[in-house]
Amino acid sequence: MPNESVETISTKIWRETAEADNPFAAADCFCAGYNVYGDLLKNASYIDYLFLLFKLEPPNTQQSALLEGLAIALANPGPRDHSVRAAMSAGVGGSTHPSALIAALSVGAGNLGGAREVFHAVEYWQHCNTSLKEWQQLIKNPPEEGRADVWLPMEHPPGFDPNGVSCATPVKQTLAHLAEVGPMPHLIWLQENRQQLEEFAGCPLAFSGVAAAAFVDLDFSPEQAEMLYLLLRLPGAAVHALEQEKLGWRKYPFFADGFKLNP
Amino acid sequence: MPVHSKLEKFEDNWHPSVGCWVPNEKVILRGKDVFTELNDKPWMEYLLYAATGKESPKIARLIEAMWVICTSFPDPRIWNNRISALAGTARSTGVLAAAGSLAVTEATVYGLKPIKGATDFFYRAEASLSEGKSLEQIVKQELKQFRSVYGYGRPIADADERVKPMMKFAHSIDCGKGKYVKLAFDIGEYLSNTRLKHQINIAAVCAALLADEGLSPMDFYHMATLAFTAGAMPCFIDASQQQEGGFFPLRTSRLRYTCDEQVRHWRV
Repeated sequence: MPNESVETISTKIWRETAEADNPFAAADCFCAGYNVYGDLLKNASYIDYLFLLFKLEPPNTQQSALLEGLAIALANPGPRDHSVRAAMSAGVGGSTHPSALIAALSVGAGNLGGAREVFHAVEYWQHCNTSLKEWQQLIKNPPEEGRADVWLPMEHPPGFDPNGVSCATPVKQTLAHLAEVGPMPHLIWLQENRQQLEEFAGCPLAFSGVAAAAFVDLDFSPEQAEMLYLLLRLPGAAVHALEQEKLGWRKYPFFADGFKLNP
Repeated sequence: MPVHSKLEKFEDNWHPSVGCWVPNEKVILRGKDVFTELNDKPWMEYLLYAATGKESPKIARLIEAMWVICTSFPDPRIWNNRISALAGTARSTGVLAAAGSLAVTEATVYGLKPIKGATDFFYRAEASLSEGKSLEQIVKQELKQFRSVYGYGRPIADADERVKPMMKFAHSIDCGKGKYVKLAFDIGEYLSNTRLKHQINIAAVCAALLADEGLSPMDFYHMATLAFTAGAMPCFIDASQQQEGGFFPLRTSRLRYTCDEQVRHWRV
């Protein structure tokens, strides 16, 4: 145990023992009680370890399959996505590689298709659960903003795409797959009631809505869901930034047409 | 237990040399009391002092003009500003937008790499000149080694419209007549007549102006860190006040797939 008078970092996630010759190097690292380099490294999948980090308990088979599916679904939003476009904008200008991910995080954090939308959508789930009546009420009368916040107010029901026309095929495919991988009550209910909810919202379900339901089935808090959604979408940003870096700014849209300054 | 770590001496032991906050009492920056000795300084002079230790209203004014004239274009298509516009359209926060834009500003074709690189180049070029090398030899060596010269050539446009107004301002405060500025324009003249036809851009001009004032590449780099914020911020504000998702939406046909379109099947 550290000396009582020394300032310490309190954590339920991580424990270390020191190397015999160096108190600044860990000999053993334990995550939620599991030896990371002596046990998890050999025996756990990456997805299971990710779950363990957030929940401090290993996932069961269904939870593991659900997070695995969600991670694949979110790994690359594609080069038309705002966050990936931000990363590619770093790539074409020859910016540093970390800046591409910082840009993707900055843009992918928001209320439209971003992590903050997932945060709010999980809050909606916590409030409404599987009550159509509650969903209808909350969508009709969204929570009033309290005092001013750094986040802009939501402009659409969280989890739905205000610019969508009908529910996109990949969203439906993801929902169908994730609802199938185990007894996932919220995803199954969402699958069964999607169209009704879309009618309430006036727009189709989005990836953020499916992700939020999955996070609720995984018992993630809104804050945990927001964080993991940010993390899970970074691989696509990384590879598209690298690809565009090679191609350069000359082969990337600059939108010379259709850009006119308002008088 | 024997301790071999080089870190032991720093444990709970840090001696900053630039400053500190004394709670409920004072703030010290580079040996001066912020509330009584630095409180009247314009912000740019304060930043200059914080970053470089220099106290010079003239250099601060010169840098401030660079921020206004050279680095704050509020065009959301410029790649670093585009981060802020995308953040606005995706309804992120203003600070995340600015942070993303600033991070991306360490770019190769604009921003911090040319800014630091041009200053470094001029110091090396001046040293080589004083060793007797010709300007042509210096530039050719740079091109041979790095395939470009920081501060010359420009994406999208050929000439740089910022050069004239920046030099005009510099002259108005009695800057812009030093040896590095002369060197910068001499190199520009030379490069514009090569097959590259690269013209001097604003990074070279600013680097030379500040080299003549005695700033090092790192000094200029630090002083340029926040220089692009006034361009990025309005791009965020503008996009966040228009329809969400409305900033240059791309339909799927805007992707030009450049590989074989044959569908493959994952192993089952």
